[in-house]
Amino acid sequence: MKRIIQMTVNGEPVELAIEPNRTLLQVLREDLELTGTKHGCGLGDCGACTVILDGAPVNSCLVLAVQANGREVLTIEGLEENGDLHPIQKAFVEKGAIQCGFCTSGMILSAKALLDHNPRPSEIDIRTAISGNLCRCTGYQKIVEAIQAASETMAGSGGDAR
Amino acid sequence: MTEFRVLNSRAPRVDAAGKATGRAKYADDLTMPGMLYGAILQSPIAHGKILNIDTSKAKKLRGVKAVVTAKEAGLVKYGVSPARYDETLFAHDKVRYVGDEIAAVAAVDLETAQEAVQLIKVDFEELPAVFDMFEAMKEGAPQLHDEYPNNITAEVHQEFGDTEAAFAECDFVMDHTFLNKRQDAAFIEPHACIAVFDLDGKLTLHTATQVPHYVMRTVAMVLGIPVGNVRVVKPYVGGGFGPKAEATPLEMGAALLSRQTLKPVKMVYSREQVFLHSRARHQFYAEMSLGMKNDGTMVALKNKAVLDGGAYTSFGIATVYYSGSLLGGPYKLKAMKYDGYRIYTNKPACGAQRGHGGVAHRAAFEQLLDKTAVKLGMDPIELRLKNIMTTGDVTINELDMSSLGMKECIEAVRNGSDWNNKKGKLPKGKGIGMACGFFVSGAGYPIYRSDTYHSTVVIKMSEDGGIVNVLTGSAEIGQGSDTVVAMIAAETLGVPLECVRVTSGDTDLSMDLGAYSSRQTLMTGHATKEAAEQVKKQIVDVLAHEMNCHPSSIEFRNGKVLFDGGPGDFRHIRTNYVKEHRGWTDPPTDDYLTFKEAARIAYLKLGTLVGTGKYKPPRLGGAYKGAAVGTSPAYGCSAQVVEVTVDMETGQVTVDDMTDAHDCGLAINRTSVEGQMQGSLSMGLGETLFEEVKFDSRGRILNPNLGEYRIPTALDMPNVNCIIVESNEPNGPYGAKEVGEGAIMPTIPAILNAIYDATGVRINELPVTSERLFMALKKKEGV
Repeated sequence: MKRIIQMTVNGEPVELAIEPNRTLLQVLREDLELTGTKHGCGLGDCGACTVILDGAPVNSCLVLAVQANGREVLTIEGLEENGDLHPIQKAFVEKGAIQCGFCTSGMILSAKALLDHNPRPSEIDIRTAISGNLCRCTGYQKIVEAIQAASETMAGSGGDAR
Repeated sequence: MTEFRVLNSRAPRVDAAGKATGRAKYADDLTMPGMLYGAILQSPIAHGKILNIDTSKAKKLRGVKAVVTAKEAGLVKYGVSPARYDETLFAHDKVRYVGDEIAAVAAVDLETAQEAVQLIKVDFEELPAVFDMFEAMKEGAPQLHDEYPNNITAEVHQEFGDTEAAFAECDFVMDHTFLNKRQDAAFIEPHACIAVFDLDGKLTLHTATQVPHYVMRTVAMVLGIPVGNVRVVKPYVGGGFGPKAEATPLEMGAALLSRQTLKPVKMVYSREQVFLHSRARHQFYAEMSLGMKNDGTMVALKNKAVLDGGAYTSFGIATVYYSGSLLGGPYKLKAMKYDGYRIYTNKPACGAQRGHGGVAHRAAFEQLLDKTAVKLGMDPIELRLKNIMTTGDVTINELDMSSLGMKECIEAVRNGSDWNNKKGKLPKGKGIGMACGFFVSGAGYPIYRSDTYHSTVVIKMSEDGGIVNVLTGSAEIGQGSDTVVAMIAAETLGVPLECVRVTSGDTDLSMDLGAYSSRQTLMTGHATKEAAEQVKKQIVDVLAHEMNCHPSSIEFRNGKVLFDGGPGDFRHIRTNYVKEHRGWTDPPTDDYLTFKEAARIAYLKLGTLVGTGKYKPPRLGGAYKGAAVGTSPAYGCSAQVVEVTVDMETGQVTVDDMTDAHDCGLAINRTSVEGQMQGSLSMGLGETLFEEVKFDSRGRILNPNLGEYRIPTALDMPNVNCIIVESNEPNGPYGAKEVGEGAIMPTIPAILNAIYDATGVRINELPVTSERLFMALKKKEGV
């Protein structure tokens, strides 16, 4: 039987009637059409479905949508502000941190969760924070460089931690 | 050198913002009104006769719209190489591996489709199965395909020069054997597609593929519809690395179900199904002997290969040829002999993966060179430099190194890694190793025999003159080909990159063989350049007429038009343009006539400006059997130095530093070149240290997920010191050639050689788990 849930997605309140066995990933992609969050494995191994739930990065394939009831979800679609890319998105573009792009959304959200809590991370902090996000294209180097660059930009601009 | 305005820069990729914001659409992101969901029934056993398939219960399930088996699909044989079509869409007489496709269902949602699949009842007579390639070759082994006795899919025997005589004149011979493991490409996006049949019998297939063209041909052939009625459209693709370079049962199944139901049908592989479909790296066994002179001159090479191919051929014929042909260089040899066997086993079929066919045998050969250097008491770098090929050399198997910065790469990594101060001077447990390799920059021939162009490109100017639309069937799969194509178009036309819009991956746009064999920069690049030159000529000719000047006096630079190097008196053209554009919001005010104005004026004379470019390689290679495999218009090459730390107590290997130099000809986009280098090394590191698809005793994959099949994480991969070496490739557009696959060739042996340097133990079986290395260390201590 369907259950009614209420959550905040990218700053907007949403109310949905959903089957209790559906994952947050399915509901984001299928019901809310937020397809920027990717399905890579469905097992919590690859991190492509990472979203930020109440400030913490989670594999949305391992979270039931009903568990998100009353909570705040941030997806890749919620990062831009007034049409401007978020500094992490900008850094990913400029530093060549994106190849196929399938890990990118999750990677950026893991980076954001890190920088929100630790605005000046070391390289090992960054590598640890994204170690649950698999990337087969880049060898991670340019991703790490992008997150470093974003942390500098964000710290320089007063550490905007939206 | 920096005569370029767009090329050779670090321009951000044209698709980066779309991907950074979640806007970029991948196949699984697409939906259509009335869309059905498909699911596939796969064999639970490794080998067996199909006695009966009963679909009646599945058909009765509410919400099921179609159930198809071989009865509906027919028995058209397909595969990759026409010489070995050995698959049918659905198994009809027998199944040959756990995962072999038997039936498919379309239903109103995925859950119903999956439930229906479970309701299909198949009666099997289980047959003995064989999972080991050496067992499969033996007399009396279970046979997978009646047509191919002893389970030999393909067999290659080649000899160049007189090997026996060459070995006879050697001072000594070094032997080596090597075994890698079956790999998974582990792209993060599982295969997905949506097929839509029109009422008039035309199919549009949106699919995550590297090769829209080949998918179009295969789907048309298997479904028995004219090729012209099939349009394949590739959305953004989340990585391919080889296994997405052939048509899948998913694509053909979805197309068939869509034809049956006249509804769009979506199908997606689960991660487990990605492993079951496989088509990734074979398992290779290599046996090699190298004949040497005491002064370090390489003379002759004997190379034997046995490949575990799984249940079907896929790319296997090319794979087994590549294992031989790609050892012809980059060292000079007097003679070379190769014997290769590709073997059927009751496991998922292997196919092409980054460094197709070459990676394992390159690893064996470069380890063998390390052993040889030890015996000679020679620095491994000196040994290589002594035998190295240079630009203009032709390998013993007739591959033409039209540019080859191999020596420059070696010297670059020697300096870049501080090799001279490290080699032989590191403490126990620390090691440094190096290796080289090269790879084709586009296969010299298409997979099917044909005089077809390998690539055509259409460039169509927008009617206002401001946008250069590049239309191409080439496949952006993450490697950055859309950006390469855009940069070449911009450079050729003399406009800023922002003026170029690329639409790609659609078989209706142009002919392109797709993303495999590292071909698109060179081949699609050539076609793009030619198309842009045509458009440019049309505009120049109109301008020359208008200005009453010679076409050669006109130049386009950064979106401006120069006449004899200056602005010229273009007032009448601008007046004409402004009159045309009354009410438009962007009247030109530039001191120079703009490209946009010029293109608009040309449009007014000629109609829509269209240029078409085309490319196919000249006839390449020798006359011997199999000479086509390994030919290419150009070869990229690379050298790597790797430093490792080995925990002598546990055998745990940590890769500390990697220095990579790659000759890619002109680097079209420097950031993208580095990205290919870093990604290649990461895949090579994974293959060396962790990656192995494992099976149980009944042929079921034990680790069909990305938790237990481990690929490198951000904590495993060190930073790579990337050095771009730029030769000028005469056969490449603006001198460019490949980087995407050549860069993986030296990685495995460089790590293995570093492990030897650290421990004195030579590991010749992958992956180098701590257990394997620990046991080898204990064995050495025991001696």
